[in-house]
Amino acid sequence: MAEAVEGRAPSPGPAGFREYYARYAPYLVPVFAVFTALVVGALMIGLTGGDWLAAYIGLWEGSFGTPIAIASTVVRATPFIIAGLAVAVAFKAGLFNIGAEGQLYAGSVCVVLVGTLLQLPPVLHIPVGIFAGAIGGAAWASIAGFLKARTGAHEVINTIMLNYIAIRLTDWLIRSKNPYLLGDPADPSSARTMYIAETMRLPGFRLSDTIVLHLGILIAIVLVFLVAWFLNRTTIGFELRTVGSNPGAARYAGMSVPKTIILAMAFAGALAGIGGAGEVMGVRYALSTDFFSGLGFDAIAVALLARANPIGIVFSGLLWGGLLTGARLMQVRAGLSIDVIKIVQALIIMFVAADQIVRFIYRIPRPPPGEETMISKGWGGG
Amino acid sequence: MTQQGRDRPVVLEARAITRRFPGVVANDNVSLQLHQGEILALLGENGAGKSTLMNILYGLYHQDEGEIFVRGQPLRVSSPHESIQRGIGMVHQHFQLVPVMTVAENVILGNEVTRGPGWLDRRRAGEQIRAISRQYGLEVDPDALIADLDVGAQQRVEIIKALYRNADILILDEPTAVLTPQEADDLMQMMRKLARQGKSIIFITHKLREVLAVADRIMVLRAGRVVGETTPAEATEASLAAMMVGRSVMLQVERGEMRPGAVVLEVTNLHVRDDRQLLAVRGVNLQVRAGEILGIAGVQGNGQTELVQALTGLRLPESGSVRIAGHDVTGATPRRISELGVAHIPEDRQRDGLVSSYPLTDNAVLELYYLAPFARGLVRDDAAVRDHAERLVQEFDVRTPTVTAPASSLSGGNQQKLIVAREFTRELRLLIAAQPTRGIDVGSIEFIHNQIVKKRDEGVAVLLVSAELDEILSLSDRIAVIYHGEIVATVNNGELSREQLGLLMAGASLSETAAMSPSLAHSEGLS
Repeated sequence: MAEAVEGRAPSPGPAGFREYYARYAPYLVPVFAVFTALVVGALMIGLTGGDWLAAYIGLWEGSFGTPIAIASTVVRATPFIIAGLAVAVAFKAGLFNIGAEGQLYAGSVCVVLVGTLLQLPPVLHIPVGIFAGAIGGAAWASIAGFLKARTGAHEVINTIMLNYIAIRLTDWLIRSKNPYLLGDPADPSSARTMYIAETMRLPGFRLSDTIVLHLGILIAIVLVFLVAWFLNRTTIGFELRTVGSNPGAARYAGMSVPKTIILAMAFAGALAGIGGAGEVMGVRYALSTDFFSGLGFDAIAVALLARANPIGIVFSGLLWGGLLTGARLMQVRAGLSIDVIKIVQALIIMFVAADQIVRFIYRIPRPPPGEETMISKGWGGG
Repeated sequence: MTQQGRDRPVVLEARAITRRFPGVVANDNVSLQLHQGEILALLGENGAGKSTLMNILYGLYHQDEGEIFVRGQPLRVSSPHESIQRGIGMVHQHFQLVPVMTVAENVILGNEVTRGPGWLDRRRAGEQIRAISRQYGLEVDPDALIADLDVGAQQRVEIIKALYRNADILILDEPTAVLTPQEADDLMQMMRKLARQGKSIIFITHKLREVLAVADRIMVLRAGRVVGETTPAEATEASLAAMMVGRSVMLQVERGEMRPGAVVLEVTNLHVRDDRQLLAVRGVNLQVRAGEILGIAGVQGNGQTELVQALTGLRLPESGSVRIAGHDVTGATPRRISELGVAHIPEDRQRDGLVSSYPLTDNAVLELYYLAPFARGLVRDDAAVRDHAERLVQEFDVRTPTVTAPASSLSGGNQQKLIVAREFTRELRLLIAAQPTRGIDVGSIEFIHNQIVKKRDEGVAVLLVSAELDEILSLSDRIAVIYHGEIVATVNNGELSREQLGLLMAGASLSETAAMSPSLAHSEGLS
């Protein structure tokens, strides 16, 4: 953070550095936001009588300090990255997808179905499982896309409602005993589905009793590049971004705005569904009622922190996974509640959303025009 | 007035103001003096640095070098608040009014008249506003809602707002850009009245006619520098234009004989509803032939917008038909119409014509992005797009450092040139140009006008829609006047005078107007 200190100084530094800073600092706003949130978090721990240094050392060691810690951070980050992409893709089309949570469940239900009903060799079963997750998520998200495109109903409201429906529906599918639908008759008190077939479980390295570094992270990285390529290099991606940036110009240019909206939501839902598939097929091998517990909402934060940039989402996803993974060691070392991490996460989001504050602290000039509007429009909906 | 002006005290002085932005010097050593009771016109093309200078005077920006004095006292703390306290008021091009509040509420906003702790005294506020509007001839009802007022009245509210804060230096930023010719005349009368009562006015514009009509003194900016100072008595439109652009400019377009061909656009009994579901276009019949320019003259808001939207597929017509080159395209999609060889310069380039966050490259292929060579299958070819953009920028003289710069970094004139470049380099049968030169500089206007005439000479049918009667008169072969969604007359250019057309645009019937002109009996298309 040497730059930060330099930038704060009003006295003229070397002109080369200042120009360099003025040009690149706007892109680093998220980094500054994270840093500021950690500083404020430290202050809060210190003021309440905790040992902030021990806490942060614990946080670091628990998340990136050892190979095992890194592996479990990566495992934890995988669904954040994939679901973050789901939010980002919709964001690029000018849509605020609050529905990643519901899409995760919708996709996972389909994964469990093909995982329990079909019998296939692994080479087929795994792709079929991922595909099923994508289809389930896409279908679920398309409902909101269709409503938006056809009636103008706001996607924020509809995706929130679809979240509730998806969660309750999953709950019912699992808990129904007469007849058993997805629930496991062998273990009626478990509140989970039957286990999926061995042939559909993602291969990985078992690092400890609880941690398997599974194939999911590779899938996530492939998806990151696929999404980046799709958005920036394909005509459909161009249509999607144009509709998101300026629907008026998109119509003028002969693009179909409704079609693009439905497509963007479907694509977003497919990504979320794959995220769900990764968790079911790589971590627990079954779906339970509280399986994702807010992952879809954290995905919004992950996408926001990365400013909907697919490559950036790898880093914000790892940060999110790291914070959650390291929290346990932090708790042990400093005797703090795990909820401190929730506070730091909330601070990060606050500083990213209120980037004016960060710009002011670090004397960061306005960003190049155009970029800002996309983010704020995402919040306001449109 | 011109001569005495110099003897009066200087109320506002800027000395050697320099302001840099990354990559440009927006103001380079600019000095100006404003005398009491004077109207100083600040003339310059878009991007010449007029707005930057005014924002510095108003305290929105801070200058890198130079000083500002208000009545001899240096103005140090740069904030609008400080400037307002020192008597500087600014009327922005985009009004800063709350539509759901009344005139009085808007005027006192931030400077409320209260009775007791925190109770608004609406009655007294209303009286004060009436007093101001009587004194300066700024007619407005304090109790009216802003949303119900027309643009001219909203502008008067903005001026009253400044006067209410005791401003005696008024900065008007492109105030006539949004006004009808009549409203602009009214505004200029108000400006003279304000000046007579001792207010000093800086009038920013690029309309030469207005400068000559109202200013006491004229200062011309080009590329951030003051390139000249003159008075209306010494200047002509041509000399001012030359100063602004830095070379002599053809204000009149050279237009050869037209050689009309087959009918390309045929509109029959077209009805179109606007956003409020009211009929905005009522039974329009038009024909445009290849190689001719049909100009649609009319005051803004008489259905031109909806007509153009219906012709380009952006709005479903209620009834009637549109045929382009023999194809029925009533209610067709924008893409189908575009693929028939129809180019469209949209009236609102910010909203429809460009994606301002996109680089020039993407904007250059906004409609053609899915076709070869810009895409192969679903995959875009960035190199081909870039080559195309480079070519357009070169051929149409779009001023930009690189083709990867975002469109929002271009001046209005250059944005419009980019749109024109994009539209004109396609295979064209029909060109629909809506307000093609609104709000852009003289140099770009000249260029775009010549390009439109060139297309017409190449055999393209051109439908020109413009609220500027001068533009219609200098470009069109035939003129159709639209009023309340109906074409009230179609004549050959030259058959009616400027005044007669003005009367038709204002709703006079053709027979009333025709009484002024014997040649009308021979013109076509009268009903």
